[in-house]
Amino acid sequence: MCGIAGLHLRNPDLFPHLGALLQGMLIQAAGRGNDSAGVGLYADPAGLPEGIATVSALYDARPAPEAAKAVELIGRSLGPVAAERAGQTTVFTATASPLALEAAVREALPEAVVISAGHSLTVLKGTGEPAELAQAWNLAARSGWQGVAHTRMATESAVTPGGSHPFSVGPDQCLIHNGSFSNHETLRKELAALGVGFDSLNDTEVGARYIAHRLAAGADMREALTDLTKHFDGFYTLLVSSASSFAIVRDAIACKPAIVAETPDLVAVASEYRYLTGMPGIDNALIFEPNPEVVYVWERSEVQQPSSTLPALV
Amino acid sequence: MKNPEGAHAIAVGLDQAIDVLVEGHVGYFAAGMNEQATVTITGNAGQGVAENMMSGRVHVKGSASQSAGATAHGGLLIIDGDATARCGISMKGADIVVGGSVGHMSAFMAQAGRLVICGDAGDGLGDSIYEARLYVKGQVSSLGADCIEKEMRPEHLTELAELLALAGRPEQPGEFRRYGSARQLYNFHIDNVDAY
Repeated sequence: MCGIAGLHLRNPDLFPHLGALLQGMLIQAAGRGNDSAGVGLYADPAGLPEGIATVSALYDARPAPEAAKAVELIGRSLGPVAAERAGQTTVFTATASPLALEAAVREALPEAVVISAGHSLTVLKGTGEPAELAQAWNLAARSGWQGVAHTRMATESAVTPGGSHPFSVGPDQCLIHNGSFSNHETLRKELAALGVGFDSLNDTEVGARYIAHRLAAGADMREALTDLTKHFDGFYTLLVSSASSFAIVRDAIACKPAIVAETPDLVAVASEYRYLTGMPGIDNALIFEPNPEVVYVWERSEVQQPSSTLPALV
Repeated sequence: MKNPEGAHAIAVGLDQAIDVLVEGHVGYFAAGMNEQATVTITGNAGQGVAENMMSGRVHVKGSASQSAGATAHGGLLIIDGDATARCGISMKGADIVVGGSVGHMSAFMAQAGRLVICGDAGDGLGDSIYEARLYVKGQVSSLGADCIEKEMRPEHLTELAELLALAGRPEQPGEFRRYGSARQLYNFHIDNVDAY
């Protein structure tokens, strides 16, 4: 069992509150899993320095300044590298391509596992109580235009920071999963034969690798998820995000819960309604449960201009 | 009760003839195992509302999530909005009236009782159904194994009129079609031996 939560904000007035809203959802979601948790936060591109890359990594024990120096030494062409320690995750930023920063992190910190690389995405994950992890990440103070959160009760693989969700294996992509894939070993072999590498034995990582592989081949989000429903067996509610989109899909049986609330200001996805009670405008939201094997996609292009119609946040 | 904010297991296991009004949305298993009580929920209900109800009346004024009225033995469940997947799964004698539509695999293995759907039904309606009677006003996406459309006889129109009246619905019995078991799965057929 796992808990899923996600926010796709359409109203820029809400961007400063992303972390606080997501933390409220994450703590409710702990009721469906509390052995580990993770979040993926998408910074508003408008507020980002030009050409910035962000790379998150696990399993490196050294303090952030030391880790940043080590990455800087390896990647001399990167320029200054900043590092922030957030719980069990270290987040590196530099003015560089995400690929170059990722390569430097991998080379400088051989023990580290890279858990995300992109322009606007920061992934934070770890083992422990979700509420304590949220504190360690300083989640409530973080901003952004889109975010996903996951609480895990592991069934298919070990409870480790690397086995927690989201899985981010393509640029600015995140996948979180409630359920279990039953044919993931077969698909892992098929993807490996195409040259796809894996960081864990987790079934969800196979789904994330599959989607990244399809997106890299030119598919759009809707096509990639439709293809996934044809190849993956098992139980799943998947929430998938990228720098431009936010999508949800459930398996044909649809026994893993999902509920969507949509307002002019936001789209929120949750495993249970109670995660949504703190959303601004929830009383007048369109609330529905996604149908089985129907891919729902929301695009960033629909993000609005700032408005003054929003109820004030407490 | 006011503003339960989606909390689970509200008004579960009531066994007295009392009235309970819940103003707001509830989470999983609200009014589960109800016996005699009348429970009204003004908002939406999560998974398994009125599951295993024995008697009494549960009225959801919003919509309900999956498995509404699952295994319910008796009583009346009214959902003014939609119900999603598996509404009335394995129902054993309860009556369920849904003002909107139901999702896939509703009335799966439904044994007894009546399920009235004023909107549409999703895929696999009445799969492996026993003796429950299903009434649908709208479209049925597809019927499940061993579920067929059946003749609407006068006694069916009468019982449907009673159910619609109990639920305060404006629909007329003549607008509905009846579905039930073809009774082809009750006994082993030697023609199917190759399937095993």
